[in-house]
Amino acid sequence: MERLLEIKNLRTSFFTHVGEVQAVRGVSFHLDKGEAIGIVGESGSGKSITMMSVMRLLADNGKIVEGEILFEGRDLAKLPENEMQKVRGNEIGMIFQDPMTSLNPVLTVGDQLMEPLIKHKKMSKEEAFNRAVHMLELVGIPSPKSRMSQYPHEFSGGMRQRVMIAMALACEPKLLIADEPTTALDVTIQAQILELMKDLKQKINTSIILITHDLGVVADLCSRINVMYGGLIAETGTTRDIFYNPKHPYTWGLLNSVPNPKNLVKERLKPIDGQPPDLLKPPAGCPFAPRCQYAMRICMTQRPPLFEIGEGHKAACWLNHKDAPKVEAPIRRGDL
Amino acid sequence: MINYIIKRLVTSVITLFVVLTATFFLMHALPGGPFDNEKPLPPKIKANLEAKYGLNKPLYEQYVMYLKNLSRGDLGPTLKYEGRTVNEMIAYSFPASAKLGAVSIIFSLILGIYLGVVAALNQGKWQDRLVMVIATLGVTVPSFVIATLLMYVFSVKLRLLPSSGFAGPKYMILPALALSGYSLSFIARLTRSSLLDVIRQDYIRTAKAKGLSRNVVIYKHALRNALIPVVTYLGPLVAGVLTGSFVIEKIFAIPGLGREFVTSIGNRDFMLIMGTTIFYSTLLVVCNLIVDLLYAVIDPRIKLEA
Amino acid sequence: MDINMDITKDMFERVPESEKDLNTIVRPSETYWQDAWRRLKQNKLAMFGLYFVLFITLLAIVGPPLVKMFRGIDYATQNYKYSNQPPNSKFWFGTDMFGRDIFVRVLYGARISLTVGYAASVLNLVIGVLYGGISGYFGGKVDLIMMRIVDILYSIPMMIYVILLMLIFKPGLGSILVALAIAYWLSMARIVRAQILSLKQQEFVLAARTLGASNARILLRHLIPNSMGPIIVTLTLSVPSAIFTESFLSFIGLGVSVPKASWGTLASEALEGLQVYPYQLLFPALAISLTILAFNFLGDGLRDALDPKMRK
Repeated sequence: MERLLEIKNLRTSFFTHVGEVQAVRGVSFHLDKGEAIGIVGESGSGKSITMMSVMRLLADNGKIVEGEILFEGRDLAKLPENEMQKVRGNEIGMIFQDPMTSLNPVLTVGDQLMEPLIKHKKMSKEEAFNRAVHMLELVGIPSPKSRMSQYPHEFSGGMRQRVMIAMALACEPKLLIADEPTTALDVTIQAQILELMKDLKQKINTSIILITHDLGVVADLCSRINVMYGGLIAETGTTRDIFYNPKHPYTWGLLNSVPNPKNLVKERLKPIDGQPPDLLKPPAGCPFAPRCQYAMRICMTQRPPLFEIGEGHKAACWLNHKDAPKVEAPIRRGDL
Repeated sequence: MINYIIKRLVTSVITLFVVLTATFFLMHALPGGPFDNEKPLPPKIKANLEAKYGLNKPLYEQYVMYLKNLSRGDLGPTLKYEGRTVNEMIAYSFPASAKLGAVSIIFSLILGIYLGVVAALNQGKWQDRLVMVIATLGVTVPSFVIATLLMYVFSVKLRLLPSSGFAGPKYMILPALALSGYSLSFIARLTRSSLLDVIRQDYIRTAKAKGLSRNVVIYKHALRNALIPVVTYLGPLVAGVLTGSFVIEKIFAIPGLGREFVTSIGNRDFMLIMGTTIFYSTLLVVCNLIVDLLYAVIDPRIKLEA
Repeated sequence: MDINMDITKDMFERVPESEKDLNTIVRPSETYWQDAWRRLKQNKLAMFGLYFVLFITLLAIVGPPLVKMFRGIDYATQNYKYSNQPPNSKFWFGTDMFGRDIFVRVLYGARISLTVGYAASVLNLVIGVLYGGISGYFGGKVDLIMMRIVDILYSIPMMIYVILLMLIFKPGLGSILVALAIAYWLSMARIVRAQILSLKQQEFVLAARTLGASNARILLRHLIPNSMGPIIVTLTLSVPSAIFTESFLSFIGLGVSVPKASWGTLASEALEGLQVYPYQLLFPALAISLTILAFNFLGDGLRDALDPKMRK
């Protein structure tokens, strides 16, 4: 399969008045054409910053310190801003967490949808209008023509996220980055939006990177998963590997916090105690060690490398070292 | 929309009625009538004069009479200027004030918004600091101080611009600058903070993620949202310029309504004070109405419903 | 993989829970007011404002008696021998046409201007908090009517009414205060109401009500203290606007009566001689501007320090 995106040793920091916050501390992964992968982690894990680095949409004080972001062979990290503008919205589309605030309240939905088409595809107003109506139809918005002249506040949350998806996909980008696209939505709407993304992935033939804190959301859509913690990749593997053979205690914790409908009465969800590390002074060892109930002496002092578990399955945890005590993964087996 | 306008019109009329009534009774509660100052008049002449202007009738009759005349647009005679009506006085002196006010408002808006945008887009850099220093001085130094300073520097010392009178565009520069000092600074600060707030919003990130250029993101997506608070300030802006004209016209000896109003206060000219107050209030109420409608145009989330 | 050299077996010992501190990165907790004070102290402009306000207030209190004691003159002492003197070592700010020491007059003027500023603000606070508090707390019809009244008053040019009121009352400090208080409580009322409306939806009010607290108690003990931030900011910013309005009134001849003088009166008096004696305007104008500036810096700083949304 052909590589679409390859990130090599990406480091991104924010330079604040109290010092350098190392949000992403050396992350590498890749994405093939037509593939959908998930990046999973809690807030502050660096998952969103990684993807904002790809889009080069970091806040003014944020900077890519090191690493390469190869998109079809071009290094986006070094692309000048005006070249980058031709990539955004055209070759890479992005949707965000909160559809309620992600659309401009004073511009019509149609205007906002037509903007990227006119800019990137050099369409006339009329062509762009027709294409925008078509996109609205595609994302399942009823009577799309009359909806074009309405303002965002006249749409429900789910509908707005559909508009965001239509806007991100309007130029048929090769890659769609979805940053927590369902988090702010009702559960029933969540399922619809995920279904829609799955459907459009086929129709438009786009690759997807889905960022989420919820392992339950990625299972259906993504073939591979990167689990991130403390600005690093904690574990990476196929969806099967992550769900059925996880090798990192943080992944165990995440799996145990996914509600399992069959076990609702019998078991309680187990939250992971404690808080993520302060990336202003990142810990020398494993960032998860202070919260890890299996933490060993080495975890406190030395950062674990990515241990090879199987083909394409790696975990950054000292428990996978040959000298480490054997630990049985404490996860609920069954019907995930 | 129509319903909303009708509703706002009704409120405006109520407001004006309250203003009118309050002014009328305040005026008549004033100690010392118009014929009391200076050298006392013989009682007979004073009584004649009072009879002539209806001042000897019971208060409520005077009130009803005043309302009747007002409904015909007649603000009555002046008491101090023999033979001239309040309407004539306003018609004579308002054009100068209106010109000066309009120039000041346009000047405040254009330069204020421009400076605010420049400051916000260069947050923390020297442009931002410079604008903030100017804007801070503008809101803290009273307009009469600005006016006298301008006059001292440009008229007395440099002899570049005239210091008094109103005989052409040259005469407007200093008064308009002094009059717009506060509002210009306020608008610059408002635009700056509002734009800084807006460019952190999610929808700006969305616009950038679409690959739009910086100019489109700022001028199409951000500025329109950032100007909503500026539009709400238009009402107070008009009121401020109007009030400011009292001292500015006095300092620069401009024959405008503001100066006339201050003089009429000194003269205890009831009819002129009342007429001017009602005129000013109507002006403001109409401006507020326009601003509210404008607000709904710029922000589609505001629903103009009754 | 370069898993390095000195890994020994003992490093794979379990770390006991007791040695781990889960909450190491949590910063020490501070109360709302401690946090606000820390943030205010970091703001140089606000601290300048605070010190200047304290300085000028102190000067207004102790300045006049000291001058009286050491030089035996006050604001009204005239001496024609020294009329219209430029600033010099004897008369720091110069003298006016009656030979009165402008420095001394500015000191006395500070008393009047600051008294107006503080007292009018306190009056605004009382009226505004009561009105806005009642309106916001009871809500519904009461709120609707009360706020409609505020809306109507808002669309009236208040300065004109202050002027009319000043005509009715006898000129003097008291009249200015009453006129300012009548005209300028509106924004305070609006802010308090908005605060109360948003706060009364919150759980702690429901909790208090569940415990059987009375309306008055909820209003005074729960709602108003929690609205203190915006109220303090509005209060700080209303001091300079009162000083400003007073100087404006004095300037158009409606201020305190002669020979007493506020800063506005002094500026107004200096206007006639501007061409020849510009320094007579300079000092009162500087006093007004610096004081308003200081209060504005302080108010802006307080707003940043007290706004919980901006806490990081």
